[in-house]
Amino acid sequence: MRKAWTFRPALPAGPAAWGEALIETAIRLSGLSAIGILGLILVFLLREGLAAFAVVPLGELLSSTWYPIEDLYGLLPLVYGSLLVTAVAVLIAVPLGLTAAVYLGEIAPPWLHDILKPLIEIIAGIPSIVLGFLGWLLLAPLVQRTGASTGLTALTGAIILAYMALPTIISIAEDAIDAVPRSYRDGALAIGATRWQTTYRVVIPAARSGLVIAVMLGIGRAIGETMVVLMVTGNAPNMAWGPDMLLQPVRTMTATIAAEMGEVARGSTHYGVLFAIGLVLFFITFAINGIASWVVRRTGGDGRRRVGT
Amino acid sequence: MRLILLATVGLVAGLVLGGCVVSGRGGNPRPQRAVVQNTGSDTMLNLALAWAEAYRDVAPDVAVVVTGGGSGTGIAGLLNGTVDIANASRALKAEEIASAGAVGREPLEHQVAIDALAVIVHRRNPVSALTIPQLADIFTGRVRNWRELGGLDGPIVPVSRETNSGTHVYFLERVVRGGDDGNRDILAPHALLMPSSVGITSEVRRNPNAIGYDGLGYVSPEHERILAIAQTAAGPFVMPSSATASDGTYPLSRPLFMEADRHPPAAVAAYLAWIVGPEGQALVDDLGFVPIHVE
Repeated sequence: MRKAWTFRPALPAGPAAWGEALIETAIRLSGLSAIGILGLILVFLLREGLAAFAVVPLGELLSSTWYPIEDLYGLLPLVYGSLLVTAVAVLIAVPLGLTAAVYLGEIAPPWLHDILKPLIEIIAGIPSIVLGFLGWLLLAPLVQRTGASTGLTALTGAIILAYMALPTIISIAEDAIDAVPRSYRDGALAIGATRWQTTYRVVIPAARSGLVIAVMLGIGRAIGETMVVLMVTGNAPNMAWGPDMLLQPVRTMTATIAAEMGEVARGSTHYGVLFAIGLVLFFITFAINGIASWVVRRTGGDGRRRVGT
Repeated sequence: MRLILLATVGLVAGLVLGGCVVSGRGGNPRPQRAVVQNTGSDTMLNLALAWAEAYRDVAPDVAVVVTGGGSGTGIAGLLNGTVDIANASRALKAEEIASAGAVGREPLEHQVAIDALAVIVHRRNPVSALTIPQLADIFTGRVRNWRELGGLDGPIVPVSRETNSGTHVYFLERVVRGGDDGNRDILAPHALLMPSSVGITSEVRRNPNAIGYDGLGYVSPEHERILAIAQTAAGPFVMPSSATASDGTYPLSRPLFMEADRHPPAAVAAYLAWIVGPEGQALVDDLGFVPIHVE
């Protein structure tokens, strides 16, 4: 990073040098603004949300009933809903996404790769409300046919979220695989490894840090998604345990904020608790990113350099 | 490079100056269309839209902007000062009046129509009548299978509006708690919470296990089965209709309100007067609601 800043080609003196300096400053400021904005978001969330922790006892926030019009602010069903839907979405999307990326990067012929990659990236551009509507219209009746009491369940949400996370995972994972130097493959093949052994033992380990980032960004996409879960999970603040827990409706943190923020009076307890939910979400995504960079660091800088190159 | 720089400076300067010109123009008051912001109850959305549309012919210089979102949304907007008229399917709460007073506002309720709340199930569901205590058992989760109510064997899926809905609050107080202030029952956690009235009817239309409630204007016997409701098992079981809602024999009928400041702008006052007058009330019946009594 620093290397790029200190690299200065010989510049003509006079006004052009000024322009160069101005633009450099502008770019540096826009880079710093990302950190600034993140800091402001955190400050704002803390300012609006911390009051809720003072007013509502922690024991009540950790209870299992969410019914804000009666001042029952148990966050557990919402955290449960978000984690369940996200976990199942990840369980579906990660194996599919990584195998698709391996296929695209290592197995698919170039012409097919050039057709599939842009198509997959187009999926990422479909507005979530469209996917939510399709999930509601087509997927929910299918889920109900499996024996659920309603089609609006955690599983319905998880399948749609998996579909939304797939393009992110495939695209970034494929970039990571693509960035593994050709010489690695040549070397492996030259000492007699089969193509599969090369992929499995050489390419995937070499691309590991990029693959981890792909998975983490996919998880981030799933846990933060709002519109889809609001439309297809039934929004019942329900905590079901048992074999049919996936076929029960759930209410996620994001859907709760989206559905209720419009109604609340500014500064009320309910308003504060909604911000507290935002704070919980913020720290969950922060933890996911933290784990991701920890994993990347642990696997060594060697892998990091190649990602995105 | 210099060219880009100049272009950027020019663009920024243009935007800043342009902004000044626009705001300068806004400073000169000149006669224009009055805008009435009308937000709130989803139950009343179709009615409010019909009024706004018809009012265009009465007063072409007034634009009524109607949006939904739920009674709570409308009332919150009224208290924040972003809404002129809040549509509400419930009366103002004491704390809402208090918080309005704290910012120097004084909201006033105008009853504009009567609504009957229909209880609906899938058309293939053989159950055709329920009592209010039975509905309370269903929505609190004390009864979980249709067999217990004389229906087919199958789980009951209660479908409700979100908690910001005036209809939700009415249903909670009138049905789940049976009108008893001391009763603190709440909806079962497995009850689906739908963000809109249409969300309820569409789930009930396709799910044979579902039971929901919606304003009479949103349901039709062609698409869902409308249940006859009785206060107690002794009966009588009454179907919702304009007639049974206005004579009070249907147990789940309630007033619909428009709430505005006690001293509203002239355009708002005139609009409210037109709505409760004969012309406005003539539209109410067409949309499946019940007109208030006009002397």
